[in-house]
Amino acid sequence: MHSTLSFSRATTVPTTNYAFHSQSPINLRFCGLRREAFGISILTRSSSGRVRLSTRGRSKRISASTGNNGTPPKSFDYDLIIIGAGVGGHGAALHAVEKGLKTAIIEGDVVGGTCVNRGCVPSKALLAVSGRMRELQSEHHMKALGLQVSAAGYDRQGVAGHANNLASKIRSNLTNSMKALGVDILTGFGTIVGPQKVKYGKVGFTDNIVTAKDIIIATGSVPFVPKGIEVDGKTVITSDHALKLEFVPDWIAIVGSGYIGLEFSDVYTALGSEVTFIEALDQLMPGFDPEISKLAQRVLINPRKIDYHTGVFATKITPARDGKPVIIELTDAKTKEHKDTLEVDAALIATGRAPFTNGLGLENINVVTQRGFVPVDERMRVIDANGNLVPHLYCIGDANGKMMLAHAASAQGISVVEQVTGRDHVLNHLSVPAACFTHPEISMVGLTEPQAREKAEKEGFEISVAKTSFKANTKAQAENEGEGLAKLIYRPDNGEILGVHIFGLHAADLIHEASNAIALGTRIQDIKFAVHAHPTLSEVLDELFKSAKVSFGSFLHCSQELLNFYLIRFCDYALTRHKLLLGLES
Amino acid sequence: MQTQFGSAVFPRLLRRSLSYIPSILYSLHSLLNLFHFFRFLSNSSPQSQKHKEMASPFLSNTIISFSSSLSSSSSLPRLAPSIPFSAIRSKSTPRRILTVRSKIREIFMPALSSTMTEGKIVSWVKSEGDVLSKGESVVVVESDKADMDVETFYDGILAAIVVGEGETAPVGAAIGILAETEDEIAEAKAKAASKSGASTPSAPPPAPTPAAASTPAPPKSTPAPAAPTVAEGPRKTVATPYAKKLAKQHKVDIESVVGTGPYGRITPEDIEAAAGLSPSKKNVGLAVVVETKPAAPAKAPAASAAPSSLPPPVPGSTVVPFTTMQSAVSKNMVESLSVPTFRVGYPVTTDALDALYEKVKPKGVTMTALLAKAAAMALAQHPVVNSSCKDGKSFTYNSNINIAVAVAINGGLITPVLQDADKLDLYLLSQKWKELVEKARAKQLQPQEYNSGTFTLSNLGMFGVDRFDAILPPGQGAIMAVGASKPTVVADADGFFSVKNKMLVNVTADHRIIYGADLAAFLQTFSKIVENAESLTL
Repeated sequence: MHSTLSFSRATTVPTTNYAFHSQSPINLRFCGLRREAFGISILTRSSSGRVRLSTRGRSKRISASTGNNGTPPKSFDYDLIIIGAGVGGHGAALHAVEKGLKTAIIEGDVVGGTCVNRGCVPSKALLAVSGRMRELQSEHHMKALGLQVSAAGYDRQGVAGHANNLASKIRSNLTNSMKALGVDILTGFGTIVGPQKVKYGKVGFTDNIVTAKDIIIATGSVPFVPKGIEVDGKTVITSDHALKLEFVPDWIAIVGSGYIGLEFSDVYTALGSEVTFIEALDQLMPGFDPEISKLAQRVLINPRKIDYHTGVFATKITPARDGKPVIIELTDAKTKEHKDTLEVDAALIATGRAPFTNGLGLENINVVTQRGFVPVDERMRVIDANGNLVPHLYCIGDANGKMMLAHAASAQGISVVEQVTGRDHVLNHLSVPAACFTHPEISMVGLTEPQAREKAEKEGFEISVAKTSFKANTKAQAENEGEGLAKLIYRPDNGEILGVHIFGLHAADLIHEASNAIALGTRIQDIKFAVHAHPTLSEVLDELFKSAKVSFGSFLHCSQELLNFYLIRFCDYALTRHKLLLGLES
Repeated sequence: MQTQFGSAVFPRLLRRSLSYIPSILYSLHSLLNLFHFFRFLSNSSPQSQKHKEMASPFLSNTIISFSSSLSSSSSLPRLAPSIPFSAIRSKSTPRRILTVRSKIREIFMPALSSTMTEGKIVSWVKSEGDVLSKGESVVVVESDKADMDVETFYDGILAAIVVGEGETAPVGAAIGILAETEDEIAEAKAKAASKSGASTPSAPPPAPTPAAASTPAPPKSTPAPAAPTVAEGPRKTVATPYAKKLAKQHKVDIESVVGTGPYGRITPEDIEAAAGLSPSKKNVGLAVVVETKPAAPAKAPAASAAPSSLPPPVPGSTVVPFTTMQSAVSKNMVESLSVPTFRVGYPVTTDALDALYEKVKPKGVTMTALLAKAAAMALAQHPVVNSSCKDGKSFTYNSNINIAVAVAINGGLITPVLQDADKLDLYLLSQKWKELVEKARAKQLQPQEYNSGTFTLSNLGMFGVDRFDAILPPGQGAIMAVGASKPTVVADADGFFSVKNKMLVNVTADHRIIYGADLAAFLQTFSKIVENAESLTL
């Protein structure tokens, strides 16, 4: 679930250092380190793993590998057990199978976790509906295209059905993909009973104990409900309830203006509700780049039937009952004084998500959670109460709180599998994109401008900002959706991309060019020569990269090594360019 | 509006002389346009260069200055959209123009690019009442290409914002008003109000009396047709987000609107009604949407009796959607079909009443008050006619006799209520009635002043109507339709002819609770009271 209100990027700062110079020499060094630490696991990765899986099927006691020399005599039921079959667990399981690990996944609820069942997936179904409603209702927009549509209406049950069908379809896809690959799906709540040992079982049944060489905790999160708020599931609801769309209130208050709140405001206003935002911080959409959130507010909030209260806490929310509406007490965030009382038809609590780590048995291995989150290092290795790493135990996804996004969890899972199969890997969280599926969409990767400025100040480099507008994009104009902005934050001295923020049509799909560039360490001076099909929205980013000004003069300050590297690269461009020119001439 | 303003400010002589000014100003205007053009060239050439440089569409936060005009506070603003005051004074205008007292300048939507025809206000950097000094950014405007800060050429006070954030205005339209001193703020505000006045439509001429007497006033379902002041009590105003937005947009004082939404909250429809707008189309579109509430779809087919079978409109006809008040009337009328009603007519001799009316007329007593008083006195003796049937199972006897009187106002219909009409004396009643009518015209009736009636009176006599038939408003037991009083030849028991003034009254009643005999007895009493009109003054 794309759900966090604040990114925990600060914690990943050490890793960014690698990312900034993520050229091969550095990576090699890590590989060396890693080999020392996990020497054995390279052997686990033997190609026979996969065959073993399919032939031995469900036999309980198998040794992890016959060819292991130097492993402890102990043998395990599985190479890898993942607790929690959400998107993170699923991603890890698939990658583990690909790497030849015998893998099991423990799920106490339904496969797919929050994302598929109560998050990203059904919400996209609702947003698909709201996007179309919005279009059909926009008389101005339709007229500009020369279309005539009579009043658009909707059938709530039908919309809710679409969301539900989508969730179950994706859920069965996930389940089937894991079954087809031979991942054992163990049903029940998983608890860690000791090192490399997990107990699982349903309530009322006897527990099974399985062992694995490595264990990944991927138990995810649940909606966070601040104290004082009484959730009745009808008029005071969380995203879990809202996605079922059991009713469309005339007026709904949304507590929290992060991703969840914004997306739901898009859905509800398109379906005819009026929305009141309640935000504890002084500004709406606090997680976004300020310029983007300003623009987003102008497009997504101000013209819609939305008002807002900022700098206030919803300290008490009483569901509608006894002929009274939902009553919300607002308290000033600073003075803690009562500020206002709202009377609305419904309230959606979108104040973020809390890790779901209770009952995991962490106490058995001396791990203490921090506000519920499982403490991990940058390699997702769990840290115990004494600050030591717990061997063979990892935690990914919302449960570690590093970056509460479905695809981040999946990426972390893959990173862990890479590690346990003998290749060191550190996920660069700054390359993980995030998106908010409003109409138009918002997406981002890397640092926001203030974050980048702070970092630049600290580390003593310059940053520059480039911007392009969707107004100048042919495809956007053809769609009559010229509202939008793409923003690039970069280092003018070496062309490194620090962050990209997009607000506009299909922004969520456009961000990947930037996130891939960051992940691969591609510099602006490289990427600006990449060709984009015309006319497409991707040209927005093309323009963006082309408009950035990288000064090569400052290279004199760089190390000789780097300079050489870039000189070679530069010759490359020259050559490419030359070829291009030739191509054009002929 | 403008002429009024003129007469307020200028002595008559000056006003005459002012009529020459437009032509003078016009020539001046063209001169000044030239001047502005040159100034624009010199000012903006770096700007345009910059634009060329940035052929690719980067958003830039360029600063652009707008020219603002000065216009007198009189009726001339649109004539001279860009003449600085000083220019008028120093050049060729005669001295007497100096009666133009204040310097109020308009802030225009600037042309930020050659292709720009309209601009959207992104945000006002300054708010109303802020003191501006020359060169300061005042407003951020979004053109077809970029967002730009717009700065002021003049010192002054931002007196009023005419075009709010998020709204668009064509290039050259006034988007704000700049006053030079604090004293002029009020004047500037008035001017701003007249600019945005388009949203407050002038009241439509009073319609010819609506057919039949019917009232749009059952307590719950009628949205406030006017803008009555907020109901008393400590309860705070609750308005939905869109209602607040609309109120701001149409400059409706939200505190003065009575909410008709759930829990008494102010809905966008209330604001639209208060602003005199027809409900926006969007809402109509969304009305289709309501599906969780079974009432709406169930009623829709009944109300719009098979729309497909309706004949196509005659070519050239215009379709005017109902106003809120009209929809309320329509809704009530359809609702009234569920009540089994019957009618009883009665001729009443009014010679005594007419005589009394002549006598008390100088004291401000109206015929309406007389009839209301007579009806109230009759009702006091026949409480069943004052009762109502709310649930189809019981009588509801009303403890008060509240006479609602149907009045046609501004194309609508409203029923101000004379409360406790039986207890008040004729003079108080007349006074009360005058107040109510005034309030109704000003759209300031409070809900209990138009929806608390227990019996309705509808009089079309003044049009010469001799008899008619009223529709019983939902929630009441009976309604009396009063025709004109006319000299009629009557024969008495002895066969003597005489001429008496006779008036036909016709009462429509709910037969679930009021039977023929009840009504007949009530009418007899009413007739006796009218025939012995002196009792009305007691």
